[in-house]
Amino acid sequence: MNEPLVLGIESSCDETGVGIVRGNTLLANVIASSMEQHAVFGGVVPEIAARAHLEALRGTIEAALREANIRLRDLDAIAVAAGPGLAGALMVGVGAAKALAVALGKPLYGVNHLVGHVGADVLREDGQSIELPTVALLVSGGHTSLLLVRDLATDVELLGETIDDAAGEAFDKVARLLGLPYPGGPHIDRVAVDGDPAAIRFPRGLTLPKDLVHHRYDFSFSGLKTAVARYVETSDDVSV
Amino acid sequence: MILAIDTSAATSVALVGDGIVAEAATDDTRSHAEHIGVFIERVLVDVGVTPDAVSAVVVGLGPGPFTGLRVGIAAGITFALGRDIPIYGVPSHDAVAVGHSACTVVTDVRRRELAWTAYRDGVAVNGPSLTTEGTLAVDVDLREFPEVRATTISAALLATAALNRIERGDDLTSLTPLYLRAPDATPGNGPKRVSG
Ligand SMILES: [Zn+2]
Repeated sequence: MNEPLVLGIESSCDETGVGIVRGNTLLANVIASSMEQHAVFGGVVPEIAARAHLEALRGTIEAALREANIRLRDLDAIAVAAGPGLAGALMVGVGAAKALAVALGKPLYGVNHLVGHVGADVLREDGQSIELPTVALLVSGGHTSLLLVRDLATDVELLGETIDDAAGEAFDKVARLLGLPYPGGPHIDRVAVDGDPAAIRFPRGLTLPKDLVHHRYDFSFSGLKTAVARYVETSDDVSV
Repeated sequence: MILAIDTSAATSVALVGDGIVAEAATDDTRSHAEHIGVFIERVLVDVGVTPDAVSAVVVGLGPGPFTGLRVGIAAGITFALGRDIPIYGVPSHDAVAVGHSACTVVTDVRRRELAWTAYRDGVAVNGPSLTTEGTLAVDVDLREFPEVRATTISAALLATAALNRIERGDDLTSLTPLYLRAPDATPGNGPKRVSG
């Protein structure tokens, strides 16, 4: 018996992603990125991202079909990232997925893309795949979220998330005020490996006992960013 | 049959051909992504055909508010891909100009700006361009090209306009939206103050 063949479309931020899986086997994963177009602006510009999605849409789907060596009519279902993300960007993928599902007469599944990040683990080629229930921590330029996953398809609970910037966003914003090229997070990450964690006293958000009441599982990084900005503005000699 | 889609204003979807016209439309100018799939399904059901009865797709390229506009174009692209049929892009104003000998089609593109295109016998002779409410008469001779203001675009008329243009031999292969505006963004200029 063949496992279901599913094509997924992801357009929540600055990458147009099209993946094809058969059951838990990854057949294709094609990504078109508009990151370079955003570099000059020091961050993702939603309208530029949305325009790039529309331009990349057709080519990305076709490339994924070639990589997986399948035809669209072979598909059993379509999936699409339904959020969270940039609205104008998401709508490109959602509109595309809906029409594709109707054209093929196949079911469409809207997927919370945070769950998609966790679900990607079932596609791993080596090592042991995710065991449920599990607590997942998502950390990237777009996310800092803590999820309790009892079932990937039907039971995912958001325990907490950042109440301001994502962790990676804090990295990039700090890099920007240090004058590093975008995305500057990786530069900081690299030099931080040899850094002295006690050299400067920067705040850690939501670590006070009182924060446990309302923000037990939440995160906060904007205070850290502001503290770095103050430090940079009052110190003459800051270089990375 | 031709599947025509326009989301440059509200959402309009039509299935046209063999003397049949089925149209699904709303005047809701916000929820394009909510309507698009349902409307495509509805026109197929109304005519009583399956998706393989569609032989070409026509999409409206705007001008219009960007987020909604892209929903229809994206849907047209994947429907055509899914059925392996051709897709044609047509300026949305073309649909409004159908049946007018000379006119200026005017639509609202938000931010107190208007988009306009002047037509003679269905052929665009000036525009599309942006203007403001008070200065339209400066941009175009409204006596020669009387103003036709549209708040919705009919996908059925878009299909008619596309057929007319294909008959004239026009190239309708470009699917680039008629944005008429650069994206809102200002380049970051070096270190940025975030405090104080
Ligand atoms: Zn993500």
